[in-house]
Parts: sequence; C-alpha cells; structure tokens
Amino acid sequence: MSFKDKLHGIKEHLKGKKIAPAFNALHTFLYMPNETTHSGGHVRVVDDLKRTMNTVITALLPVLLFGMFNAGYQHYAAVDAANGTPRTLSILGNFLTFDNFWMGALTILPLVVVSYGVGLAVEFLFAVVKGHEVEEGYLVTGMLVPLIVPIDTPLWMLAVAVIFGVVIGKEVFGGTGMNILNPALTIRAFLFFAYPTWMSGDKVWVHKAVEYAGTPDAISGETILGYLAQGRGAEYSYSISDMFFGFIPGSVGETSTFLILLGGLFLVFTKIASWRIMLSAVGGALTMGLIFNGVVDAGWITESSKFYGLMSFAFWQHLIVGGLAFGIVYMATDPVTGSQTNKGKWYYGFFIGFISVLIRVFNPAYPEGVFLAILLMNVFAPTIDHYVLQGNIKKRLKRANNNAAVTLQVETL
Amino acid sequence: MSKDIQIKKGLDIHLVGAAKAQTNETKISATYKVSLEDFHGLVPKLSIKEGAQVQAGEPLFHDKNKESIQVVSPVSGTLTAVERGDRRRILSLSIASDGAQTPVQHPVIDIVAADAAAIKAYMLMAGVWPFVKQRPYDVIADPDQTPKGIFISAVNTAPLAVDLDYVLKGQELVLQAAVSALSKLTSGSVHLSIKDQNSPMAGLKDCEFHVVSGPHPSGLVGTLINKVDPINKGEVVWTISAQDLLIIGNLLQNGVFNATRTFALAGSAIKNPQYFTAHIGAELAPIIHIAGVAQQHYRLINGDVLTGLTVDKEGNLGYRNTVVTAIPEGDDYDFFGWNKPEFNKMSTTRALTFSWLFPKKKYDLNTNTNGEHRAFVVTGGYEEVFPLDIYPLQLLKSCMVNDLDEMEQLGLYEVAPEDFALTEFVCISKQPHQQIIREGLDFLQKEIG
Repeated sequence: MSFKDKLHGIKEHLKGKKIAPAFNALHTFLYMPNETTHSGGHVRVVDDLKRTMNTVITALLPVLLFGMFNAGYQHYAAVDAANGTPRTLSILGNFLTFDNFWMGALTILPLVVVSYGVGLAVEFLFAVVKGHEVEEGYLVTGMLVPLIVPIDTPLWMLAVAVIFGVVIGKEVFGGTGMNILNPALTIRAFLFFAYPTWMSGDKVWVHKAVEYAGTPDAISGETILGYLAQGRGAEYSYSISDMFFGFIPGSVGETSTFLILLGGLFLVFTKIASWRIMLSAVGGALTMGLIFNGVVDAGWITESSKFYGLMSFAFWQHLIVGGLAFGIVYMATDPVTGSQTNKGKWYYGFFIGFISVLIRVFNPAYPEGVFLAILLMNVFAPTIDHYVLQGNIKKRLKRANNNAAVTLQVETL
Repeated sequence: MSKDIQIKKGLDIHLVGAAKAQTNETKISATYKVSLEDFHGLVPKLSIKEGAQVQAGEPLFHDKNKESIQVVSPVSGTLTAVERGDRRRILSLSIASDGAQTPVQHPVIDIVAADAAAIKAYMLMAGVWPFVKQRPYDVIADPDQTPKGIFISAVNTAPLAVDLDYVLKGQELVLQAAVSALSKLTSGSVHLSIKDQNSPMAGLKDCEFHVVSGPHPSGLVGTLINKVDPINKGEVVWTISAQDLLIIGNLLQNGVFNATRTFALAGSAIKNPQYFTAHIGAELAPIIHIAGVAQQHYRLINGDVLTGLTVDKEGNLGYRNTVVTAIPEGDDYDFFGWNKPEFNKMSTTRALTFSWLFPKKKYDLNTNTNGEHRAFVVTGGYEEVFPLDIYPLQLLKSCMVNDLDEMEQLGLYEVAPEDFALTEFVCISKQPHQQIIREGLDFLQKEIG
C-alpha cells in the first residue's frame, strides 16, 4: 500500500469527524486532492489558492533573507559607530557575512515560527470548531508579520497580537475572503497601539539597542524617518544607494526597496498582484511628496517648523525609506481587503500612497503612515467599489430609459 | 445594419481530441431517452400514458404552466418507462424504438403568407418550440411575448465544439426557411453572428449579420447580445442554436419533426474523435464503441467541457447538445500539485504555470478541480476572460446573497450560466459560477416573474 493510498484511507476514515479539516489541511499540502468537478464546467485551471499564496511567499523570501543579513549588519555597525569607529559598507566584506546572517537568523526565525505557529493554530482551531476547511489566507499573513515588526519585538507580544489579529481581524468576519481589514496590518496596528514603547522610538530598530540602552554599550537604533521627524536630518549618513538597496535600519523586511521592487515585478508578472494598485500608489506617494516639497519651496513653512525635516525630504526618496514600498507591493495589493474593481484599484492605490506620505509627515508620535493608510483605505475600499459599480448601474439604467423612450416614440407615431 | 464584433477578453481552450471532419451514420438505437435536465424550468405533465405508442414528433409531455409548450418524441415507438425522482418529479422518459421512424405528418405551412401567430402556433403544435430560448432567465421562450430581437450564433468557439461551417454546409435552404419564419416573430430583427463570409449562413436573407472574431466566448450568443443590443429590464430576446434551426427549418419545409442530429464525439478519451448522425436521445454506448475509447476511466459529457452535463456511460444523446465529450476523470491525488511547476495544465496566471508560453498548445485536461473550494479571494482575473459590460464578481456575489436589487442593477437579465463558464474555469477559489448564476436567475424569475 503506497503512502498516497494510506493517506487516502485516513482521509476517508476521518470524513465527517471534527478533526477532519485539520488532517485535510496537512494532507492537501502533500497532495493536491482527488476532488473532481461536479457542477458547471468539467475542467478547471491549475491555479488554486495554495499556489497563489505560495507565489506571494516566494516573492517575500528574498526580502526575508536580506532582512537576516541586514539585522546582523545594522547591529554590528551600530556597535562600531558607538565605539567611534563607523563602518563603511562593503557588501562582500562586512555585509554578506555568516556573523550577520547568524545573528539575524537567530532573532528573526523565532518571529517567523511564532507568527506561523500561533496564527495557524488559531486557524486550525476555528476550522475544526466551525467545521470548514482551513483556508490558505494565513500563509501569507504569517510571513508578512515578522517582516513588518521591529526586530526585537518580544515573542509573547507577537503571539498576543497574532491571536488578536486573526480572531478579531479575520475570523469574526467569517474567515479568509470575508475580512475587512488586512490581518497582517491589524496585527501590526495592535502591536503599535498596545505596546507603543516597543514599537517606536530610536531604540527598537536595531537588534539589542533596547537592551544596551543606558549602559556604556548604548547604540543607536534610529531610522532615517526618525531622524527627519526630529529635524536631525543632517545626522544620518546613509547614501541614496544605501536606502535603495536597504542597508539601513528599519522593520525586518522593509528596508530593501530593490528586493521589494523585484518581488513586486515578480508578482505583477505572475499576475498574482494588481499592477494597478502598485502603480497608482507610487503615483499617490509622489504626488503628496511633491506637494510637501512645493510647500517648502514656496517658503510657507520655516526651518523651525517641526514638520520641516520630513516636508523638505525629496519627494521621490519617500519611496525608498520606511515601509512605503513594502506596504505598496505586499499589503496594499491584498485582494480581499482592497478594492475589487479594476477602476476602483486606481483610486484605492492612489489614496494609499497619498495618505501614507501625509501621515508620515504629520504624525507627531511615529514617523510612518503606511500601515495606517492601508487600513484606512481598507475601510473605504467597498465605498470606492460602490461608486464604480454605480457607474455601471447608471449606464444600464440610461440605456433602458433611452430604449423605453424610443419605443414610446414609435408607438405614438 | 450589421455590426462587427471583435472580442479581446476571453480565452481559447485548446483540447486534445478534436473531431475529424468525417461523419458516420449510426444505426437506430433500441431505446431513446428524453431527459428533463435539458428543459430547465419546464414543469412536465405527461401527454401520453406509460406504455402508449408514439410516432416521431408526437407530444410526450407539456409544460404544466404553459400548456402550449410541448416536447415531442424524437422517434416512433413505445413509451416504456418514466423515471421519477423525489416527489415523483419526472427525470426522464424512455422510448423503445419500433425501428420504423414513422413521423407525424403536419400540413406544410406557407412561410411567406403566414403571420407571426400562425408560425408560433405551428411551431408549438409540432414541438419545435422548446428549441427557442429566452433571456432573461435562460429558459424556454414564452410564446405569448414578442422579443425585441432573435439572436443566433453560427460561430462556435467553445472547446472541442462542432465546426458549424462543416455541419451546416449544404443546408442553406432549410436554414433560410427557419430564419425567415423566425424573423416574423420579433419586433426587431434576427441577428446572426458568423465567423466570416465563408459561413453557410452568410448568404441568408431576413437577418442581420455580425462578423465576430476573438477568443471564446466570442461565439456565445450572450456575447453577441451584449455587444449588439443588450437586454434591459422588461425586455425579452430569444436565442436559438444554429443546429436547432435545421430541425425548425425541416419542419417548415416538410411538415415533419426530424430529430436527426449531426454531433461531434470528441475528447482525449475517444480514440477516433469524429462526427456522427443520430436521432436525439440515441444511446451513446454503441456510438462510442465505433469511435473507440483511448482509456477506460473517463467522464462522458453531453455538451462541451465548459457547459455540458455529465451523462452515464450507458446514457443517451441530449435533446439540445451537438457535441459529446469524453475526458479523463481526474479523481487522483497529485503530489505537491499545488506548488510544482506545471506544463500540462492550463492557467491564466504565470505562477509557475507555463500555458502562457504556449497559447496554441493542445491540453489533455481531466476533471480534477486542481484545488479545493474556497471563498472568493483573488480579484481581477475574471475580468480578463469576461467580455461583457458587466462586473462578474459583483454579480456573482449579489446572486449568492439573493440581493434582488443588485442582481437587476448589475445585469443579471442579460446573462445565462454559460456566459460564466470561463470565469468558472479560471476561478482560483473553485466557486461554482454557473450554478450560482442559474440559482440567481431562478430566484429572480420566481420573485419578479
């Protein structure tokens, strides 16, 4: 009896039992099921939700790997800087080293494990209790979460946030496909509002910066946006290429705009994510950035303004620092919580970019706005779609009225 | 005024096992079967008793709600069995053939002189009316209404479909009789879609031509309607399949219900796919035996792979379909089928799937769903294969929640389940689109009438 037949036997044995969804979830990872069409068309495309989600995860893996190297690098670089011997970056010399990778892996892998472990446990639990199959939505969420948190986020905190995000953000709405807010961002928002001291400030973005704070070994963990928000834009020494390629402090996966761009191109090429949203979000961010630059150029605010640092930041550089690029490529394109009409996607994306930069500049507590902007637009996505649909409905009504008028004319003639 | 229609959104599904252009006559079957599946919405009441003798063209049953609509026997013989389901609902009728094919001879009608009422009455009486379908609701047309147009597609873009240019060749006079008669039944005109001027239909009179091009569903009548004169609330159009015109035309010319059908037996499970002529309701097993099967574990479908109905291997040719397809059953597991690179199955994405590299490649698809049923997640994919000016995902969702207002506003009146066959094919969540639309249409009809 082959392995395949044995598993089939177990599946048949468990059919109808409470635990069946849990077994099936694991079984279908090994084997695409033997299910055949029973209504409508008799053939189907090869793509299913697992393949779709897997493609997104594939696009995230380079970012995750880079995040591990960068976590180590930023730590050692900060230590060197605190010792008065700032590093110059050499990709092969001091970036792609085993030390960097090892330190990063040791800190980031636990985040991944907790995110997947806790999240999938909740998903399995709901599937078993509610008697439906385990849906694949969390496969991507589980990978996104470790990439958008500060590196030293305590694991228990992450676990609490994941439970909150999956239950309140998704399951209470009916599970995958029914949620209004992006679950990964719900988790991020929960962390931000529940544990603000761990989620912002100048210590959380570099490994061990919090631990060393107040000791002789104290190191800086400030991000570029942090410097700018405090009007200390002159103090950081990152070059444009550092920002673009991602050799800067920040959340685990957000720093390398280059790899995010590659991931985005991959998702667009595979037709998994919407290029409309990505393109319009970039447009929205540039527009808002240009407006702010214009305000500064027009001399409406002075250097003493607390917004001066971020408002004078070159408009296009907003795209290569902070989480904007990551948010646009991997979060804004979530099909469930985003706009569902092609026309609506243009508006939806544009406002995400636009509002991200707006919040980034004006938020006094935390100089980053992507996750708030996306959550806000998640809420408005159905409204956008409503108006797009109204256009179609009005066209149909007008057509009907015209026809009725013509018929009436013919009859009266 | 004709209007050429060029479709860009859509998808051609090329399958292995297209029928060769060669037609075989078949022997008369022992038993013929008329299945109620082919008459959606009709509430049957038997016109004759079980065990009674029938002639070809004699009524078997009629619609309880509209008694003038009757379905006639394709052959002469004895009504041997009435198969019933729950609550004694009739499922199918079996007629043992007497081998003689004695038809009911009706007086021949003068099409030129006859008015609409006379033609309708004649078609109803002779039993060809069920071939006329209406939209909204995609059911047998209500003979008491006057449609704003009659739409016929002489282009077949469905996978492994019959080549209409081949089967309609030489039938111009019969087709003309049908089209001329039908043109009197509408306040507008008869709209005919053709592939090019080589179509046997291209020379017909009393109709408007539309040259259509592009991938499937450019050949669906729903696409034609949407692009030429979309249905508004309160309006009715009728649709007739091109091959049913032959049966109507034959009746008008000769006064006889001739149930002879040329159909394609196709699909990768058939060894020598080719055309056959048989009477409606004929047993399929002997015909398949002639063509030979390439593999034993297959599914037999009355119709094409996108819209056909599964039929038992001992089953019979359906009342309406012009192709019988046999494809392999896919009830087997596929090791890591969800993430390995896939060259032999179709896909509209490029997620380690490579059918985008080979747009002309012929695939041997089986009936596996390639994944489990899920909630709607991915967006934007349906629109790529859906050329109608309708929001497919939103219309489906309005049907799922029975939101009458939205169903109306988003254009449910304009569509039939077959229009959603491609969105169903590409659906990543494996949702039953055609069933959702069918149930939506039934609900709308029940509520609004």
